[in-house]
Amino acid sequence: MLRSTLLLAFGLAAIGAPAARADEFTKADVDRYQKEFEQVAAKGRELWTSGALGTNGVACGQCHPNAANTHPETYPKFQKQLGKVAQLFEMANWCIRNPLQGSNLAPDDPRMTALVSYITFERRGVKLAPGQH
Amino acid sequence: MSELITRRSVLAGAGAGAALTTLPISMVTLAFGGTREDFTFTYISDAHIQQIKGASFVRNWDMGLKRAVAEANLMKPESDFVIFGGDLGQLGKREELDHGAEMLSHLKGKLHAVMGEHDFYLDLGDYWSKLYGPHYYSFDHKGVHFVVLNSILTSEQWTFHRWPTAEQRMLEMAGLDNPNGSPFMVGDKQRKWLANDLAKVDKKTPLVVFSHSPLQKIYKGWNFWTDDAEEVQALLRPFDSVNVIYGHVHQIQYNQIGNISFNSVMATAWPWPYPQSYAQAESHLPVLTIPMNRADPFFERDATGWQLIDIGSGRVTARYQLWDNDSRTVAFDHKAGHPVDVAYQEPTQRRLPQNHF
Ligand SMILES: [Fe+2]
Repeated sequence: MLRSTLLLAFGLAAIGAPAARADEFTKADVDRYQKEFEQVAAKGRELWTSGALGTNGVACGQCHPNAANTHPETYPKFQKQLGKVAQLFEMANWCIRNPLQGSNLAPDDPRMTALVSYITFERRGVKLAPGQH
Repeated sequence: MSELITRRSVLAGAGAGAALTTLPISMVTLAFGGTREDFTFTYISDAHIQQIKGASFVRNWDMGLKRAVAEANLMKPESDFVIFGGDLGQLGKREELDHGAEMLSHLKGKLHAVMGEHDFYLDLGDYWSKLYGPHYYSFDHKGVHFVVLNSILTSEQWTFHRWPTAEQRMLEMAGLDNPNGSPFMVGDKQRKWLANDLAKVDKKTPLVVFSHSPLQKIYKGWNFWTDDAEEVQALLRPFDSVNVIYGHVHQIQYNQIGNISFNSVMATAWPWPYPQSYAQAESHLPVLTIPMNRADPFFERDATGWQLIDIGSGRVTARYQLWDNDSRTVAFDHKAGHPVDVAYQEPTQRRLPQNHF
């Protein structure tokens, strides 16, 4: 016991890490995490309504006010036109390519993260229903 | 059930000896009393012609309007006149209104236009007026009194004092779900005009009122709403049969409030979700309305279309010409005293729904 404590102390000192433990976070931290998310979701709303994602000025929000009728809770699900189970970002990219006449975003493109954050934020509180049609 | 044969189908039949192709349309012609005649008019709405730059426009929206115009011109027998229900352009630009007006100019028959918010908030309807005349007016046709209202006005403060530029004002109103928008209204001045206009009309004369926004309250967040709807309804109440037809919502809706029947019309551009699919707010879709199935984006023209409106016995039958769905007909049921979908109203007659979520 003593040995392991000493080892831990030694280890921490050796790499110069702060003395926080995994379960040590404050209300301020939680507020910051929430804010980080909200900022990204707000960025997503901006992209959603701006017409900047494609080439023809059409915005996602023209067909999906408040991101309605995107039902993120149903993904992944089978899309008969894609012939496979697809994720939400693939459908977002389908819309960017077609009605918006643009090109795909990478799944981890910060803009895609922002879009998915906004879409799911507008559906907060709705039960998960993966695969549902 | 019968079918209207189009000119196109007649030509196809005569040319190749092929089987006649027809646009199937269920005919619900109701017995007409007195000296008035049954008639039909064409209703096209919400084209949202959108300029990209210069002479290029969003192809998808162009195709919707072109298709509606082409099909309306092929109908036989020809309808008596055409209504365009508003939102000809997307951002009210001259280029958009001109491009849309050019397409509409191919229509046979007299065109009456209704003002939409997308036509109005750039220059307050100035250029639109050069194309289509006054923002509100009335006319008579075969014993029916028709009224066209501009229902997309809003407060003086929002219209004149809120935004630094006309372009920004237009953009703020163009976002359906934009919290910086403002509720639509007909307004005092126009309601006074309406009261005067109706004072000259016999209460037994059937009324048909065209507005862009619903003259009833469904969901304020998307302006499926007119703020002074009740005041307008009060002016319509003394008449025996009143029909309100509106665009803006890009989906089938119908309702009955007292003596007033309400029918919405489709957009040629794109469909909108039913408001109940927005999980964060309450909305009030009329309980009478059997919603359309959820639109499938893989079909570019799904849940868009145009309509033929029959007037029989002073009541409306809306025959929705839906391009990627089976057509629907919503007709006034005289026994029930309200509009019904002639195929799907009974719960046992519904199809497997693609739910709205
Ligand atoms: Fe519209």
